[in-house]
Amino acid sequence: MEFLSTLINGLSLGGRYAMIALGYTMVYGIAKMLNFAHGDIIMVGAYTIYIFMAMNQPLIAIIAAIFVCVLFGVLIEKIAYKPLRGASPLAVLITAIGVSYLLQSLAQIIFGSANKMVNGYEFGMVKFLGADIQVSELITLGAATAVMAALTLFVKYTRTGRAMIAVSEDKGAAQLMGINVNKIIMITFAIGSALAALAGLFYLFKSPSVSNNLGAMPGIKAFTAAVIGGIGSIPGAMLGGLLLGIIESVSYKISAIAPYTDAIEFFILIVILLIRPTGFLGKKRREKV
Amino acid sequence: MNIKKIKWNHYINYIVIGIFTVVLTVMSLNGPLNSSLLFLLEKVAISIILAVSLSLVVGFLGELSLGHAGFMCVGAYLGGKVSALLVPSLGNGIAAFLISLAVGAGVAALCGVIIGIPALRLRGDYLAIVTLAFGEIVKSVFQNTSKETFGGAIGLNTPRYDKKYLFIIAFTLVLVTLAIIQNFIRSKHGRAVTAIRDNEIAARATGINVTKYKLITFTLSATFAGIAGVLYSYSNYTVQSAKFGYNYSIEILVMVVLGGMGKINGSIIAATLITYLNTKLATVLTGDLAVLQNLFYALILIVIVIYNNAPALKQFRNRYDVSAILKKIFKHRSDPSHVKDDAQKWDVVPTKIEMNEVLSVDMVPPEMKDYNKGNGGKK
Amino acid sequence: MENYILETKDMGISFGGLKAAQNVNLRIKKNQIYGLIGPNGAGKTTVFNLLTGVYKPTAGTFYLDGEELKGLSQEKINQKGIARTFQNIRLFNNMTVVRNVMVGLHNNPQFKCSLWESLFRLPRHFRCEKEMRAKAKELLCIFDLEDERNNLACNLPYGKQRKLEIARALATDPKLLLLDEPAAGMNPHETEDLVRTIKLIRDRFDMTILLIEHDMKFVSGLCDEITVLNFGTVLTEGKTKEALSNPEVVRAYIGG
Repeated sequence: MEFLSTLINGLSLGGRYAMIALGYTMVYGIAKMLNFAHGDIIMVGAYTIYIFMAMNQPLIAIIAAIFVCVLFGVLIEKIAYKPLRGASPLAVLITAIGVSYLLQSLAQIIFGSANKMVNGYEFGMVKFLGADIQVSELITLGAATAVMAALTLFVKYTRTGRAMIAVSEDKGAAQLMGINVNKIIMITFAIGSALAALAGLFYLFKSPSVSNNLGAMPGIKAFTAAVIGGIGSIPGAMLGGLLLGIIESVSYKISAIAPYTDAIEFFILIVILLIRPTGFLGKKRREKV
Repeated sequence: MNIKKIKWNHYINYIVIGIFTVVLTVMSLNGPLNSSLLFLLEKVAISIILAVSLSLVVGFLGELSLGHAGFMCVGAYLGGKVSALLVPSLGNGIAAFLISLAVGAGVAALCGVIIGIPALRLRGDYLAIVTLAFGEIVKSVFQNTSKETFGGAIGLNTPRYDKKYLFIIAFTLVLVTLAIIQNFIRSKHGRAVTAIRDNEIAARATGINVTKYKLITFTLSATFAGIAGVLYSYSNYTVQSAKFGYNYSIEILVMVVLGGMGKINGSIIAATLITYLNTKLATVLTGDLAVLQNLFYALILIVIVIYNNAPALKQFRNRYDVSAILKKIFKHRSDPSHVKDDAQKWDVVPTKIEMNEVLSVDMVPPEMKDYNKGNGGKK
Repeated sequence: MENYILETKDMGISFGGLKAAQNVNLRIKKNQIYGLIGPNGAGKTTVFNLLTGVYKPTAGTFYLDGEELKGLSQEKINQKGIARTFQNIRLFNNMTVVRNVMVGLHNNPQFKCSLWESLFRLPRHFRCEKEMRAKAKELLCIFDLEDERNNLACNLPYGKQRKLEIARALATDPKLLLLDEPAAGMNPHETEDLVRTIKLIRDRFDMTILLIEHDMKFVSGLCDEITVLNFGTVLTEGKTKEALSNPEVVRAYIGG
């Protein structure tokens, strides 16, 4: 059952993309900026896990990773992005690129350029309908689904969640309604970073080596996923992530196009942006004249 | 034509680079220059071309391109391939170089048009990500070519031009790049591009063909990145696609940001400085320390952009604006714009209102001024 | 029909179910100063956006000097002869005042100079630049902005920014000038100055002007005829004094 294992692979990969894409999409929706450094938060999480796994603390590692990532996310927002609120989008984007670069080079200075191995998250395989499926993939898929469901409920039914929607609709009006916009933006960054930490964990399930550019490529691809689904839309990020995951795993299976997998994904991104810049579930925005 | 009208600050970069090249050429006549110096010179020239051409998109059109290295990659591969094909029949001379230059620049320009098309519909973050995707696609395509065509992952071997004189060609190309890009910026077409940057909606309402000018800007920028690529293929033994990744695009962006957005001379200085530092630091910072350089770039990007753009720092910036202070000090001695405008003041056929103003300011004694102004108002 | 510079025929647009403007019929004669008034949200700026191609009408059409312009792009419409200013000033902030106006002169056939001529600095480039600058200065003189010409547009005081925007629009050599709340945010002195300037524009450039304004004193002092919009439809039209005293208009403004 080649097909089934490819599908499960794709879905769990898609789950990872979706979790990262959620971070992009929420920050984009609320702070109206592309947080280029988001992918590198995954790397921060993975290194944190590496440190604690070296002490053989698998559970504490996960909690610590979430904590450290949230801390990084919030600090980055406070130091680098907040001073630029109201500045030109180009300036914000370049700063974000700078932050991404900074995190990568800091990691390399601290941990060296050699890949670090993280061992201890081995779960083995199961047979399912005649296909060999890694348990880690199932865990990833399950956890991702649970997290996304929780996030959807959070945004829909809590005060903070509704405040987030309000800020994404109209920052000024939200402020007039007594919503602390700065706090909401901070919370958004915190949630996005926590999700990135989990994504980092799932990446380690898949391949147990950490390097300083671990998050760069998944970050860009997850952004692709967010765009496919429609940036600013939470269900869109999930849909886009899963779609991209399946496309990627199918493409890897076909030997003729396997080496071009990255190129194909980026090509899809360009095509979607050209045909439907708002993605599948995004809302159209007009600039008021 | 009045000699005073020449805007020296417009031409200073040609003069400096020209003199620099001539001096080095004369020096090389006495005996070949040190080969590492030659290599550095070629790299500096390539960086300047890249930085100035990227500055056109980032500083003047106001869009972020993260795929500049991708255009360079196209130029390097195509130019390198064409020269490899031509050298056996044409010899490793200027003819083969010019043909490969034309091909490399041409194909890069074509890619510029292709990337320019999404630029018409997208802006800001989306466009940046499209250019990034383009760069990665180009990299991946060349990486997966066969050994016979473009060398695949190993890279494409290129015949190198006679190293002794390549830097002269390189700096000549720098001058050509500068001339064309500056001519573009300082024409009505360049003005249209800056208008689009400042306010696209107003530019459309003023009749500017936004589509056309975005395409032109992207194409022009890509063409010169392609030229830099061809130069690169001539300066190195092999062209490897891995070199032209996202990181290289960021390095070029750092040059543009460090030099000051929309300041060509700044880009030139920053490109020279960073390329020089890169080479010097490469010998000092080895192994894991090499990354300190990247850390430095990252900090440059963050600090400079926040300093220049943070709304909260606006007052601080105005108080310590070096160029404004300098202008104040030297205002009486040299402000070419003033000279020019005064010279033209009398060319214009004065309108009613202007005539009154000219009279009231220049010729009427102070006690008469009020009277004259009142009169003008009634008319 | 030939007598009108601008004529709209049952022009309207709906966004989804919302009819932002419908059955708008404007007829503006040459050399008129025409007012478009109405309470907030009445669809005045929408009409401007329709006339300048920002939105495409979903119903009806409009003619400039007898030529149908419906469906053309913004830049094309401007080139055909409709220029506008914006409610919230939109200048090229990081360019000098004189360059702002020179951008307006971009499409003027007098200053033709191809891209290649500019790239290689052929003589026509220099001539074109020189003439454009002179022409821009001439325009700036009319608006009393000549002394500010080398300042950045964003450093101008509010009133002068408004004037510069009008100067830029005029530089495109339009047949019809649309002014969106030109007096908004101005003090009485500046407003008075603006009335004089608008009249001067009409006389000097033989211009037809359509303007949106809330200041009734301004409107009645300036406009020959007006159209009153409410909820996206025409409430009344006619000579300024008569239209303003129409009880329906009073009701729309005051309510009740």
